[in-house]
Amino acid sequence: MNENWLKKIDWLILPLIGAMVCIGLWHAVAGKKTYVLKTPASGLEEMHAGLVQALPNGEEVWKKVKPLVAEGKTEQVKSFANGTKIWEAVEPFVEEKRVGLIAALPNVGEAWQSSKPYIAEPFAKRGELDQGILRFTWLSLILVAKGYTLALLIGTPIGFFLGLSKSFTKMTDPIIQVLRPVSPLAWLPLGMVLFLGAGKNASELAALFTIAICAMWPTVLNTAVGVRAIPQDYLNVAKVLKLSRWKTLTKVMIPATLPYMFTGFRLSLGIAWLVIVAAEMLTGRPGVGGFLWQEYNALIYEHIILCILTIGIVGFALDRLMSVVERRFKTA
Amino acid sequence: MAFLELKNVSKSFGTSTVLKDINLSIEKGEFVAIVGFSGAGKTTLINIIAGLIKPDSGTATLNDLEITEPGPDRGIVFQNYSLLPWLTVYENIFLAVDQVNPNWTKAKKQEHVEKHIAMVNLTPARDKFPKELSGGMRQRVSVARGLSIDPQILLLDEPLSALDALTRATLQDEISRIREETHKTVVLITNDPDEGIYLADRIIPLTAGPGATLGPSFTVDIPHPRDRKAINHYESFKKLRRDVVEFMLNSKHDRHHSITRKLVLPDIEPEDLSVPRTMTSWRKIPRRRSEVKEETVEVDL
Repeated sequence: MNENWLKKIDWLILPLIGAMVCIGLWHAVAGKKTYVLKTPASGLEEMHAGLVQALPNGEEVWKKVKPLVAEGKTEQVKSFANGTKIWEAVEPFVEEKRVGLIAALPNVGEAWQSSKPYIAEPFAKRGELDQGILRFTWLSLILVAKGYTLALLIGTPIGFFLGLSKSFTKMTDPIIQVLRPVSPLAWLPLGMVLFLGAGKNASELAALFTIAICAMWPTVLNTAVGVRAIPQDYLNVAKVLKLSRWKTLTKVMIPATLPYMFTGFRLSLGIAWLVIVAAEMLTGRPGVGGFLWQEYNALIYEHIILCILTIGIVGFALDRLMSVVERRFKTA
Repeated sequence: MAFLELKNVSKSFGTSTVLKDINLSIEKGEFVAIVGFSGAGKTTLINIIAGLIKPDSGTATLNDLEITEPGPDRGIVFQNYSLLPWLTVYENIFLAVDQVNPNWTKAKKQEHVEKHIAMVNLTPARDKFPKELSGGMRQRVSVARGLSIDPQILLLDEPLSALDALTRATLQDEISRIREETHKTVVLITNDPDEGIYLADRIIPLTAGPGATLGPSFTVDIPHPRDRKAINHYESFKKLRRDVVEFMLNSKHDRHHSITRKLVLPDIEPEDLSVPRTMTSWRKIPRRRSEVKEETVEVDL
């Protein structure tokens, strides 16, 4: 009974444990702010030599007292005169210091404190690169949507041609295989060059170009595989009924390929979301990626973590969404 | 000239000849069953009639017109149903009706589709997808689709071979009934002689492949409608079945297979144990046949 109950909610407990362990590890290696009490110690070490170690000699006393007198800190001079030890007269100061295995890495608390305003007011706009996190996400999503649509519009027909024609496959396969592994970081500069003439829109067009060309390959390849996998029986039905080419395409081939196409669409969306961050970093466009890069340059490391988590969660949500759509189109 | 005529049709795939010298003539309104072993080329034959594949030599004509491509004048019921899984029963049949009769009014098309769904007793399943139907129901949809385009000839390519015995019997009865109602010319491909004899007016065995050809035509002179139980006691049924099966089996036995295989003997000479081993002979064991340069044979004369 008890075990049953545990088994029932282990879908919740186990991931929670995993997340806790991960956060714990992060926290363990992260740096902490500490305050160290310091005195301008350089001279003090020397003072400790002598018969009566604690007693400063005259020269030293004068060295310490002179600036105090000059600054008019007569109180302290007085207290010194009254028999207080000399080093108490020298004001200790507090120094902020980060300690920890990776001192620069912000810890959980810091990350949360620093990110709170961005999460609490997700749609605030304080400046071009200082906006609420959801506002940034929205900007990124719009760009992704545009680039992704472009990728699908270009990729699906290419995939269909690849699936239908052996000669076209042979012709374009080397090109595809060569272009496919090229990183978005490599495409972006080319995009910039291509759209040099566009002026103000150059960065957006370059980003769209990069997203489209990087994200379209899974769609192209999956559609091609899907078209090749259309059962001969379905095509025979079309032949026997003498369906026109257009009707064969819309009534038989596209529906038969849809499951494959949607697998491609899903993978493409994942890549599009990966590329957006790189594109925004390089172009400095406002968005999650741009924000991340900006905050790195501004030494606000807490926001890097906020951005990473946001990118991850949005990517996950997009993938889930696509898998739901994909399932809807699964036939047979 | 007959309604459907095949003359000296041959077809090979690669190096293997599937069909050789097929001659077939079918009159209008006839129900002909072609029985053959699986793998004999039955499906190839029906695909040639359907126009899905072209014969290497010989001609196939329907109504004196050479068959060069598939068309809706020949309705086919495929062995694996071939229903489009993203369309419902209604939509699958509607696609066919809509394609063949584009000028009909929408109401007429709908009525026509409904009529054919009712003909195969599937009205309750009209809005179901193929995956929600049993094999028998799917095949009925396929039959309904084949009939709905009102073809001149209906080609049934092993329509029942994937079904269990009971469903098969039910569907046989239904095909028989529908045939009585529509008087269509039907070519049934099957691997079950009983099924052929029960349904058809004429049954033609296909010899075992490769290079299968059609045997003599056996006329089934049992009047329609036939009774499944009574038919087993007909003398003519028994004789027919015996003849058909005998012919098919003989065609299989007739084939003499000769296989040439290159035998390679081990390149080693047996050791003569009667000869005592010496230090020098050790090194020469085992002895290779190819190393033996000369041989002495004693012959008693």
